[in-house]
Amino acid sequence: MIDLEPIWLTARLALITTAILFVVSVPLAHWLAYTKWKGKAIIEAIVSMPLVLPPSVLGFYLLLAFSPSHAFGNLLDKYFDVRLVFSFAGLVISSVIYSLPFMVYPLQSGFSALPPTMREASFSLGKSTFKTLMSVLLPNIKPSVLTALVLTFAHTVGEFGVVLMIGGNIPGETKVASIAIYDEVEMMNYDNANMYAMILFSITFLILLAVYTFNHNFRKARFI
Amino acid sequence: MIQVSLHKTLQSAQGKISLEVECSFTTGSFVTIYGPSGAGKTTLLRMLAGLLKPDDGFIKMGDNIWFDAKQRIDLAPQKRSIGFVFQDYALFPNMSVAQNIGFGLNKKDDKAIVEEWLDILDLQQLRDRKSDTLSGGQKQRVALARALVRKPALLLLDEPLSALDHKMQQRLQDELLQMHRKFNLTTMLVSHDIAEIYKVSDKVFVLENGTIQRKGRPEDVFSDSTATGSFQFTGEVLGIKKEDIIYVVSVLVGNNIVKIIGTENEVDNLGPGDKILLSSKAFNPLFKKIG
Repeated sequence: MIDLEPIWLTARLALITTAILFVVSVPLAHWLAYTKWKGKAIIEAIVSMPLVLPPSVLGFYLLLAFSPSHAFGNLLDKYFDVRLVFSFAGLVISSVIYSLPFMVYPLQSGFSALPPTMREASFSLGKSTFKTLMSVLLPNIKPSVLTALVLTFAHTVGEFGVVLMIGGNIPGETKVASIAIYDEVEMMNYDNANMYAMILFSITFLILLAVYTFNHNFRKARFI
Repeated sequence: MIQVSLHKTLQSAQGKISLEVECSFTTGSFVTIYGPSGAGKTTLLRMLAGLLKPDDGFIKMGDNIWFDAKQRIDLAPQKRSIGFVFQDYALFPNMSVAQNIGFGLNKKDDKAIVEEWLDILDLQQLRDRKSDTLSGGQKQRVALARALVRKPALLLLDEPLSALDHKMQQRLQDELLQMHRKFNLTTMLVSHDIAEIYKVSDKVFVLENGTIQRKGRPEDVFSDSTATGSFQFTGEVLGIKKEDIIYVVSVLVGNNIVKIIGTENEVDNLGPGDKILLSSKAFNPLFKKIG
């Protein structure tokens, strides 16, 4: 029987990453959707980088940054006694960076698809930007919110390159499911690898199925 | 007294437009902005509401200054006491009719006012319906109630009736007038329906090419230019049929098809699809009340 630890670790990593990213990305996506600042393209380019960069490039630079032999890592080590390389905390931070566009873009396009007058109507009724975001904008882009959450979760479950570079293969700390599969294949345990792979395969399918079902129903309910 | 003097350069499909608007009107009056589309009517409303920043000028609501470029005053829309009814109504689809109307209230405000507005605009039966399921006229009434619930100093209406059928327009014009009189609301309406303007407004500003070209009471503003001793309509030729020595020309005027008689000379270079000007001297027109 396989060790289920990597599956739980993956789930924990994906949940924490999704939660952090949601909190960070809602203001960012909201800002990107409504700002008239001309330099907006620079931010959009930076947010999109993880989409096209090979995960190993990102992993490599994060490894350098977090390493105690370099300035940033050294600073963390010396003053905060935090070492991010080969640790769960380091995995969370790199996953947050790696999955950022998967959270930001669905939210941003959700905001942009709403009629601008909806937001302006809320302003004209004396409501602040924050209140408008929470009571008017977010409730009306539920399918986008769900898509963003699920894509981020699924993408974090599926990450491999970054995790391998930054986390290594420490059981219970950084050995997530995708690494475990690789590990088992390396050791020629194809049956175990197959078990891990099947679990990831089914979970991913079920999540996506749930999202599409919900989004169809949401649209139907709104346009009867 | 409300005094407005605003300047704004706009980018449009036809290039740059300079909007240069000066107008003033008394508190409690019903004024209308009339003009061709693209003249900047909606832009003017948005600047008054604080949704768009003017390049220069001022907006004074009696003693309150909402905007003054020289003094660097620019109140946020939340700080201006306005009610705005948008052309697309902009109701919140996630809320019921009652929640939409009550949204503008603060926590400590009396919620009973929502019930009052539901009664005034005859919306009690729809109170729990989501706004997506309402008809155009119902949405318009919800949007109006929502805008009025905070008792705004200035009510801004951006062509709220243009998408409705004639009967519904009449009914809502009556309701608007009633609200206006009952609450002594200062109201600014954007409209391009002359009949509507005649009916509701005390003062009309004609906005063309970015400036106010004419202003005054509707009967004064419109009488010089549009009312003459003859009728004039533009129409589109649908077909021409020869009958004996005359020709019967079918013309589409508005939504009506009229048949007129023409001679061979007149129909010589006329064909379906051509635009024509129909005119007739009105010595003795027939008319009767239809509604």
